[in-house]
Amino acid sequence: MNKKTLKRLLSYVKPYTPLAVLAFILAAVGVSLTLTAPIIIGKAVDCAVGVGEVDFAKMMNYIIILVFVVLGTALANWALGFVMNKISHGTVRDIRTQAFAKFSRLPLSYIDHTPKGDTMSVIISDIDSISDGIIQGFTQLFTGIATIIGTLIFMFGINVKIALVCVCITPLSLFVASWISRHSYKMFSEQSEVRGELGGYVNEIISGQKTVQAFSFQKRSAEKFGEINQRLYKCGVKAQFLSALTNPSTRFVNGIVYAAVGITGAFTVVNGALTVGFLSTFLAYANQYTKPFNEISGVITELQAAFAGAERVFALLDEKEEEPDNALPSLEDCDGTVSVENVFFSYDKNIPLIEDFNLNVSPGQRVAIVGPTGCGKTTLINLLMRFYDVDKGRIVVSGKDITEITRDSLRSSYGMVLQETWLFKGTIRENIAYGADNPTDEEIIEAAKTAYAHSFIKRLPQGYDTIISDDDENISQGQKQLLCIARVMLIKPRMLILDEATSSIDTMTEIRVQKAFNKIMNGRTSFVIAHRLSTIKEADAILVMKSGKVIEIGTHDELLAKKGFYYELYNSQYKQA
Amino acid sequence: MLKLARYLKKYLKEVIIGPLFKLTEAVFELIVPLVMAKIIDVGIKNADKPYILKMGGVMVLLGVVGLCCALVCQYLASKASQGIGTDLRNDVFAKISSLSYSKLDKFGSASLVNRIISDVNQLQLAVAMLIRLVVRVPFLIIGATVMAFSINAKLAVIFVVIIPLVALSLYLVMSRSVPYYKRIQKNLDGISGIVRENLNGVRVIRAFSGQEREMERFGKAANTLMRENIRVGRISAVLNPVCYVILNFAIIAILYFGGQRVYDGSVSQGDIIALVNYMTQISLALVVFANLVVIFTKAGASAARVNEIFDETPDIADGEGASEVEGAPAIEFRNVYFDYGNNGEYELSDLSFSIAKGETIGIIGSTGSGKSTLINLIPRFYDAAMGDVLVDGVNVKEYKLEELRKKIGVVPQKSSLFSGTVAENLTIGNENASEDVLKKAVRIAQAEDIIERMPKGFDTFIAEGGRNLSGGQRQRLTIARALVCEPQILILDDSSSALDYVTDLNLRKAIKEETDNMTVLIVSQRAAAIKSADRIIVLDEGRIAAIGKHEELLKTSDVYIEICKSQEVLN
Repeated sequence: MNKKTLKRLLSYVKPYTPLAVLAFILAAVGVSLTLTAPIIIGKAVDCAVGVGEVDFAKMMNYIIILVFVVLGTALANWALGFVMNKISHGTVRDIRTQAFAKFSRLPLSYIDHTPKGDTMSVIISDIDSISDGIIQGFTQLFTGIATIIGTLIFMFGINVKIALVCVCITPLSLFVASWISRHSYKMFSEQSEVRGELGGYVNEIISGQKTVQAFSFQKRSAEKFGEINQRLYKCGVKAQFLSALTNPSTRFVNGIVYAAVGITGAFTVVNGALTVGFLSTFLAYANQYTKPFNEISGVITELQAAFAGAERVFALLDEKEEEPDNALPSLEDCDGTVSVENVFFSYDKNIPLIEDFNLNVSPGQRVAIVGPTGCGKTTLINLLMRFYDVDKGRIVVSGKDITEITRDSLRSSYGMVLQETWLFKGTIRENIAYGADNPTDEEIIEAAKTAYAHSFIKRLPQGYDTIISDDDENISQGQKQLLCIARVMLIKPRMLILDEATSSIDTMTEIRVQKAFNKIMNGRTSFVIAHRLSTIKEADAILVMKSGKVIEIGTHDELLAKKGFYYELYNSQYKQA
Repeated sequence: MLKLARYLKKYLKEVIIGPLFKLTEAVFELIVPLVMAKIIDVGIKNADKPYILKMGGVMVLLGVVGLCCALVCQYLASKASQGIGTDLRNDVFAKISSLSYSKLDKFGSASLVNRIISDVNQLQLAVAMLIRLVVRVPFLIIGATVMAFSINAKLAVIFVVIIPLVALSLYLVMSRSVPYYKRIQKNLDGISGIVRENLNGVRVIRAFSGQEREMERFGKAANTLMRENIRVGRISAVLNPVCYVILNFAIIAILYFGGQRVYDGSVSQGDIIALVNYMTQISLALVVFANLVVIFTKAGASAARVNEIFDETPDIADGEGASEVEGAPAIEFRNVYFDYGNNGEYELSDLSFSIAKGETIGIIGSTGSGKSTLINLIPRFYDAAMGDVLVDGVNVKEYKLEELRKKIGVVPQKSSLFSGTVAENLTIGNENASEDVLKKAVRIAQAEDIIERMPKGFDTFIAEGGRNLSGGQRQRLTIARALVCEPQILILDDSSSALDYVTDLNLRKAIKEETDNMTVLIVSQRAAAIKSADRIIVLDEGRIAAIGKHEELLKTSDVYIEICKSQEVLN
């Protein structure tokens, strides 16, 4: 458990300082009232010494005080629970929202290279463990320590000798607790490691379940799962057993304390230095005094798990973000010129990809990019949209270096449709409206009509209010693509990027969509990647890329006349198989 | 939850012996106040120091034996609960593997993952508590009551009145909070869903500058979760104080009525201390009991979610097993209808056709015409609503699923690869594939150059989902993966969309030349990709518009002519 993590965690409680102070007061009140009760009970017991020796009037007094003390304790504890609950869930909400916000500022290179399961478990389960372990743990820790101190004060107030006996035995309890937590911590971290491995495997296999079944891979994946699961079992048993030692062991120490108080107390009573009632108070204290030790040692194991979770959350929060661009001007009145100047880029420094790339696009030009798979077409888009930053050189849009304007303004001047569709869980209307500012229903329907999606949407049971999600099987891949196109049609961007945007759509619809695109692309700069060369014939410039370089550039006719790589590519499409 | 009780069977020994040891410890704990009462009433009264020491020794001894018993119990509890958790996870995993595509769609993978991980953990915890505390707690409560009766029957009546009162308040609080736990779990699923969507759609979201909107959406979900959590917390925060009040009022009653009995001599001072002690013990036990109830209600909700998976009747189950009919066509559809069960409109209506062995069939049609749906019926990813699908002359429902799917190699639209080496990925359908088979498959799939360019060839590691590969590379590897199974039927579901024309052409050529007698179904948008097929099935709004050769269709089918025209295949 390191101090930095603790400090940082506490910083999240800061906004709740008034509540935390209140909790502090309530806990102090609750604890002291809880501790007063046994004294009053003890005094009441002393009122009933034996046959005929009972002071009823005095006893009645004590009983009335006790009623108030009990009610006060209950009230304080109730309020404490209430307040802590607010603090704990509020903090978790704050951390979680912050982690998510952080995620949206992370560069694509981080997101592309981190297993999704890891990010998921940080935002979901690790943060939950913070709420369970640390926040709840601190309440117990705090009331626990307050109880211990309070009890000690009361005990020393009543009888120093017996109190000393208690204090002397206490280190035993601490020793046992720390021994257990040291050993269980090791097992716990091993367990959470294996659990993470299991989670990752499950996540992958379940999301790819359809493929698993198609290849009858179930048995073997179950075997692998069973193997990890078995390992989890082994360290799970050890971790659980070790941590389960805490309760009985501390209970045992309690027993010893209780016996010791009993014996020394009885001796003191025999010697006349204590009343039986006070002995009963002491016995109650002996129970109360050791109980927090139980709880604290129990809390420690939870705290350890929580700290491990917190550290992972903080690691995410500390990831390097995209360079902040708030101070930069946004791109306004984009005219649609794009120039790429001497750009170098590679994902992996050892494998050069794009080298000395140059391109000039004037407003309204339609640029098509063709080339064999893996030649860097998609990478070019990553650079244009600034999902990745160039290693060398620069990209200039509308006369401005794209690193000198805000990302949002750059990106929203493009409309992008990718081959891989993305829809979120929500209605079709919401999905189309994504990216637009409060469009009217008419505008949404208009966009859907332009994208030729209107007719199939109308046929759905709830029309535009049908709830869909990305892994929905009720609408086809092509229909999903039409929805993504409608989304772009709605925002009418200044520039367009179409990366195989129509690959899952049948050609007839594609031609219609293409026409619609032509209409909105009119006067707009566009970048089109397509395998079907027929769809890009009319482009103003065709870039033929191979291994990260532009090898040919020109119009369709020029390139055909050149009889180069494009010519071959084009002819191969129309050759009989 | 009872349905899952069968998992306890294997650990019956632990489940029975564990609590017995715990019980012994509890018995010793109950004796302690009695011993203390003896010290007060006998030792102190007679100033008998050796007696006090002796009794003190007894208390220590009780503690030591209690500790040993508790340790045995904890060990058994760990073993049984972890064991049951492990068994459950294995079974849930296996069950998920048997769920049909439509059931998988219904649950969604986020929810399935949550169920197999967190819900099973919750149940595991419940089992541990079952062994450790379920016997102990009621025993302490009942035991303390019995002890109270043995001291003084009339004062013990207080115990009998108090316990139902506490139970009632427990019930009231719990019954109000249980529905919240279910809702909270649902909210958590929702949050996971948003995170997943954001991970998958990060490019689109940023392209539309949707980060703010996503944060708002996430913030809303996180807020709802917080509110529900606080609401349920508000209810359960009442529980402990209420119990505290009830129990302490009971102690007050003991003092009040006890005082009178001490006065008339039917009860001693030590007895009163013992009674108060027992009441305290009950109150401690009840706190644990309340926690137990929380754990078990949560476990109940988890059990229900796990059972939802178990209760899914496998709508697509193994058949008896069958062997192919000699000379039968490779695939036959007889009046097949299909719907995804949402709006009564059929996705596919009245499909009938048959495909001979070794034939290459092209399937073409507009978006949403049912092409993928059609081919999903052949490996029985979905079952037809009406009509029969036959493979090798046998209804697909009669095959064992594995038997059927071994015959068929499917290359889906969305290519999903798993983390592992290239070789591991390629052999998932046929683990004993020889190197020759592997190389041939790679060659046919036009993936030789991918493997060659990889640093470690077949042993190169592929990241989850194939993130370190391009779309085209992924697609070619998934095609190779299907070919490694040496299927009798190969289905390419628009799976060359990320390939350029030359590669696609070479792929089709290689399939034709290098596999003998393999039946091939090519679903495509491109007429050029299927025009050389032996026959072409033209689909239009879920019905067969025409079947025939390219040349025939050009004469007979308007739909087909239109498609070809649109793609300039005719000039």
